[in-house]
Amino acid sequence: MKFSESWLRTFVNPALSSAELSHLLTMAGLEVEELDPVAPAFDQVVVAQVLEVVKHPDADRLNVCQVDIGTGTPQQIVCGAPNVAPGLKVPCALPGAKLPGDFKIKVAKVRGIESSGMLCSAKELGIAEDASGLLVLPADAPVGISIRSYLDLDDQLYTLKLTPNRADCLSLTGIAREVAALTGTPATYPAIQAAPVSTGASRAVVLDASQACPRYCGRVISGVNAKAPTPDWMKRRLERSGLRSISALVDVTNYVLLELGQPLHAFDNAKLEGTVRARMARPGEQLKLLNEQTVTLAEDVLVIADDRQALAMAGIMGGEPSSVTLETTEIFLESAFFAPKAIAGRARRHNFSTDSSHRFERGVDFGNTLNALERATVLILEICGGQAGPVTEALAQLPEHQPVRLRTARVKKVLGVAFSADEIAALLGRLALPFSREGEDFIVTPPSYRFDIQIEEDLIEEVARLHGYDNIPAPAPVGRLAMLPQDEKQRPLFRVRQLLADRGFQEVINFAFVQEAWEQDFAANTNPIRLANPIASQLAVMRSSLIGGLVENLSTNLKRKQSRVRLFETGRCFLRDAGAGPVPGYRQPWRLAALAYGTAQPEGWGSDGRKVDYFDLKGDLEALLAPAEPRFARLRHPALHPGRAAEIQIDGRGVGCVGELHPEWVQKYELPAAPVVFELDLDILTRARIPVYAEVSRFQPVIRDLALVVDQQTALQSLLDGMRSVASSLVQDIRLFDVYQGKGVPDGKKSLAFRIVMQDTQRTLLDAEVDSILAGITAYLEQNFAAQLRA
Amino acid sequence: MQDLDLIVREAQAAFAATNDPDVLEQVKARYLGKSGQITEMLKGLGKLPPEAKKTAGAAINQAKLAVETALNARREDIRRAALEARLAEEALDVTLPGRGEGRGGLHPVTRTLERIETLFRSIGFSVADGPEIEEDFFNFTALNTPEEHPARSMHDTFYLLDEQGQVAGNVLLRTHTSPIQARYMQAHVAKYAGQATMPEIRIIAPGRVYRVDSDATHSPMFHQVEGLWVGENVSFADLKGVIADFLKSFFETDDLQVRFRPSFFPFTEPSAEIDVAFMSGALKGRWLEIAGCGMVHPNVLAHAGIDAERYTGFAFGFGPDRLTMLRYGVNDLRLFFEGDLRFLRQFV
Repeated sequence: MKFSESWLRTFVNPALSSAELSHLLTMAGLEVEELDPVAPAFDQVVVAQVLEVVKHPDADRLNVCQVDIGTGTPQQIVCGAPNVAPGLKVPCALPGAKLPGDFKIKVAKVRGIESSGMLCSAKELGIAEDASGLLVLPADAPVGISIRSYLDLDDQLYTLKLTPNRADCLSLTGIAREVAALTGTPATYPAIQAAPVSTGASRAVVLDASQACPRYCGRVISGVNAKAPTPDWMKRRLERSGLRSISALVDVTNYVLLELGQPLHAFDNAKLEGTVRARMARPGEQLKLLNEQTVTLAEDVLVIADDRQALAMAGIMGGEPSSVTLETTEIFLESAFFAPKAIAGRARRHNFSTDSSHRFERGVDFGNTLNALERATVLILEICGGQAGPVTEALAQLPEHQPVRLRTARVKKVLGVAFSADEIAALLGRLALPFSREGEDFIVTPPSYRFDIQIEEDLIEEVARLHGYDNIPAPAPVGRLAMLPQDEKQRPLFRVRQLLADRGFQEVINFAFVQEAWEQDFAANTNPIRLANPIASQLAVMRSSLIGGLVENLSTNLKRKQSRVRLFETGRCFLRDAGAGPVPGYRQPWRLAALAYGTAQPEGWGSDGRKVDYFDLKGDLEALLAPAEPRFARLRHPALHPGRAAEIQIDGRGVGCVGELHPEWVQKYELPAAPVVFELDLDILTRARIPVYAEVSRFQPVIRDLALVVDQQTALQSLLDGMRSVASSLVQDIRLFDVYQGKGVPDGKKSLAFRIVMQDTQRTLLDAEVDSILAGITAYLEQNFAAQLRA
Repeated sequence: MQDLDLIVREAQAAFAATNDPDVLEQVKARYLGKSGQITEMLKGLGKLPPEAKKTAGAAINQAKLAVETALNARREDIRRAALEARLAEEALDVTLPGRGEGRGGLHPVTRTLERIETLFRSIGFSVADGPEIEEDFFNFTALNTPEEHPARSMHDTFYLLDEQGQVAGNVLLRTHTSPIQARYMQAHVAKYAGQATMPEIRIIAPGRVYRVDSDATHSPMFHQVEGLWVGENVSFADLKGVIADFLKSFFETDDLQVRFRPSFFPFTEPSAEIDVAFMSGALKGRWLEIAGCGMVHPNVLAHAGIDAERYTGFAFGFGPDRLTMLRYGVNDLRLFFEGDLRFLRQFV
């Protein structure tokens, strides 16, 4: 809602500066988003009349003018504007004036001719962009008076960011009412008088949809001059409210809209046929709107129609065929009340909103319908002439604003501040809310312009608002002290993130919507969850994997000359899933993914420059998952190199993957080398366990090494599994400590060296026992893996 | 006995003349060895008369002790010098960089969320979570925002397509973290159904939210932290108290003004917008919109099955991205979601 302060002050004029008034409105919930002066600061600019224009003897484009500035003595001023002409009234900056941009006007010689001032364009005064010529003022502008007062330039422009509940403030009188309540300054409202009826011309009105339109007033005005100019004062108020002047008839309806908050519509009466009806749209009914858009109306759209067709989307926008033009001589002027529910959302379906729909959706004062019609009629007769016909009114059941009970004790319970009943009565009085008292209770009847007072809390807010939120204390709250549960089996997500950060990974946060190609490439997801209204095609589908985002991060960081990149993200992924969840049809697991690229260690004098590989990330994963002991099984995954990828398994269940990015994607995404990534379900990582004590042996362990040659293809895991399956419980640990291929080991084979730790908690092991355990293991490996003991 | 003094002085001089431990041992032999001068003199004692033996013996032993002392001192000097030499040789350039893993770090917004959680935990709030693809019901309807409510146009909502390519009517990307309120209250009521008094609800719910909006100050995905306290004696004054305490604790300053101004949210009544102004620094004196809040609307409580006459509560929603920007002086929201290491590493 935009308006100018000087217009507001014609209704209510509190002794407050602009800044104070602005603060007052903001703190009352009518947030002043912008407060701008109409014109920048300047002074000593007056209305002047050009008396005489003579060509400058030494300059083609300059004129020497004699100018009346109201002092009786014409001033000589050199002027370069193309439109300067004798008789024109224009602004003139006098010597000593300071124009916007710190431009000082002095008596000076211009090409040898003395000039005592400057005739100004609108741009030079900072009030418009037009620099093409002098700002030409109306012929009746009084010479010599300050241009600031003549054009009312000391005015301020307010832009209110109104909340949807305060439809009552979508007009100047509404804001005036609010200012009056807040300051106690009385407000005066435009006097509404019935326009003289001087013709019998009228049109019948029928309410076919009386719930959607319970009140419709209209009248014919004939003999209007649609070409009449809109008066300057009206034009100025419209413009300062952000509306462009269009034509006198349209301007009047807009003016009353701003003044009283009642949207009006003027039809060209010559284009209407028969009775005007408020009815619901018929199936498939079409209408060409004033904005040139032709819409097919849904059946829940209220229309204003005549005997032949729909004329307007009621309360939203008029139709083009029945609109007034400059040729119109007879109008049918509408002022109606449309129920918010009948209007809400309808304009949005067609991707527009109008000043009218904006107000009707939120609630228009249904006590003011007729007043607005009369007010507009008077203005039209004044500006466009013509004869008004009688008002036709169709009236059904208007909304009933139910009385609301406000209890003094409840005010205290909700606000935490004790108000006495008398204090509450005084506040309600200032708001002009009609009420009666029942002991400590108030029965408040919301006026026809307040649609936001439905329950007790709405009134409590009014009390708090008028009292001032600032005046409510802010004590430390009192509550029952109870300790929060601390689940030791749960590891905080922050701990998981910190662990990765400590291992050199930087956290990123990427958008949850990604390009469809990522879903294809990194998750083989051909049926991703698509957004209906993405902001861009590369942000069109919901991610089911975090890997794409990390690859993109890698790529952009490489372009910024980062050579070693280690990233991770935690976030939800989104998958279709018929199963039940908080939102049926969608599974939204939290995942963690990490990516590493470049050298394994930061490059430096002490590092060997080795590139990060699968085993580095596997090490990070193992640290992350500890004390759980994950297993890794070969995996085919769309994002990963098939020979260098594994499924991460915990308790026999796959929880994620780790591996090198597939060479195909390395090429497609233009990476110089393959990064290594992992991605896994976060719930695994936030799971912890409560430690259980086991006795520490007082006896020395026996440690034996075992070197074996096996087939190169043999997976270590299968060997370890086999060894553990046959090892006695005395074997505490079997650890691989060397892998060797090369001289001394036949082609196609590899040598693995294990360290085996054996121990008993009760006694020292005998050599014979140890030998027998080792022999058992060796025999098993020889038999099942064709392993050979290495000399 | 002139002799003895001379021998001691000679020995001391001879010891001092060498830096080589082997040579030192050879020199030692000249005095204390099997046929060393002092050894020889001790051997010669036997020939002396007892009286003379006693005095001569004492003198010789004294000399021997002096030589030994000098020897040991010299040995220690040489050992020490050798150690010094080795240490000098082993010296490193201690200014070379350390070896090992580089530093990673948390995202600045994560830092903020952790701080927020810690602060609210300290006054008994626990942390709740909820889905990001949310049902229309929880995002709007349960929060007193029925279909076609004008407040819905305040949210530019992302909708989804179903598998047939039609707009899925019942789901959306949550536009705020408030649906977690609704879900949590429902679950809480179910958990304590049948008890005479429902325990208080004190939660915060951080998370990502989505709106169709993208420029320097709006990101289509951003963060919110929802807060909710419902109990038998929770008032608007308490809300003000908690928020003021939080902001001062979060920014670690009392040099901060907080104001509440009336606003509108369908799910709270009365509602307020919270502004802060710093009294120093780059943003000195400017009111910055930082959160929305209010008393939970009775309809929202009723939707969750809570007796709105008996229980009241407040809710608030902060923008942690904004808090992060203010806390660390970041001037462009988009930096948070671009994954630029040069930016992110500043928050290690």
